[in-house]
Amino acid sequence: MRVLAASLAVVAVAIVAPPSALASDQHPSLAEIEPEVMCLVCKTTLDQSDSPFAQQERTLIRRLIDRGYTKSQIKRKLVAEYGPEILAAPPDSGFNILAWWLPIAGVLAGALALGWLAWRWSRGRREPPEPKETARLEPDLERQLDEELARFDG
Amino acid sequence: MSGRLKLTGQVIAVALVAGLLGLLIWKVVHGSGTTAQPKNFNLDRLDKPGKIQLASLKGKVVVLNFMASWCVPCGQEAPQIERLWQQYRSRGVVVLGVDTADASEDARAFIRKHRLTYPVVRSVGYSLWGPYGLTGVPETRVIDRNGKYGKTQFHGAVTGSDLKAAIDQALES
Repeated sequence: MRVLAASLAVVAVAIVAPPSALASDQHPSLAEIEPEVMCLVCKTTLDQSDSPFAQQERTLIRRLIDRGYTKSQIKRKLVAEYGPEILAAPPDSGFNILAWWLPIAGVLAGALALGWLAWRWSRGRREPPEPKETARLEPDLERQLDEELARFDG
Repeated sequence: MSGRLKLTGQVIAVALVAGLLGLLIWKVVHGSGTTAQPKNFNLDRLDKPGKIQLASLKGKVVVLNFMASWCVPCGQEAPQIERLWQQYRSRGVVVLGVDTADASEDARAFIRKHRLTYPVVRSVGYSLWGPYGLTGVPETRVIDRNGKYGKTQFHGAVTGSDLKAAIDQALES
């Protein structure tokens, strides 16, 4: 019974309390957005730049935060102002989704190719040939060899 | 079977390399650099509603000034460009500011601050950097009446006297 009550409490808390991701989307901070957007002029993420362009971008982001924009709204506004290249990572929609899936597809294809090659290699390996039965010596020659060996041992 | 598979793999690999090489060549030829004729554009105005198409200015000498509000030298050259615009506008010269990689609100504040009266259009992000071979802002291109680049182009802040000489040259050509 106690376990059931505890489980229900956990579920209730999970439902009532918003996930942190949602919270950060609703009330983003500048520090949170900076690594996710680019400084176009410096070709680095915004958190790594202090150029005049970066300063303008920061001012714009602060202004949008003050106006109550969510993180996704801020990103949309930045794209509208500066173009899609302002985002550090391509959006996961439309044609840009290829940028997310192609590397995964590449890794999978590579793994499949490796597996196939390994399978072929293991199948292609042949067992080492059985040693052929040694030909028997002529009786005279065998006796002579035995005598020689006996003399050598003795 | 194994031979055919190997051959197919080789053909695919060669096709891939050829494709990438083709892309590289295409990029070098079309992607960047200043061509003899400036690429046409049709951009929204920042100073007032409406659009300006570059091709519609053919027959006039056009001074294209690529700028951004965050760029310090752009602010330094702006008053001189404004003066030349006032001086030459009646002689068939159009100064056109092209605001690029900039926030529109800040760009409008820049226009107000420097009291610019020449038209300013807005190019979002880097869309014009490749076709115009821009490496930064400010850069100024002078286009003659035939729609071709004049002899002198300016990378970085331009002085009033240098730009005046380039405009005079374009008017004479």
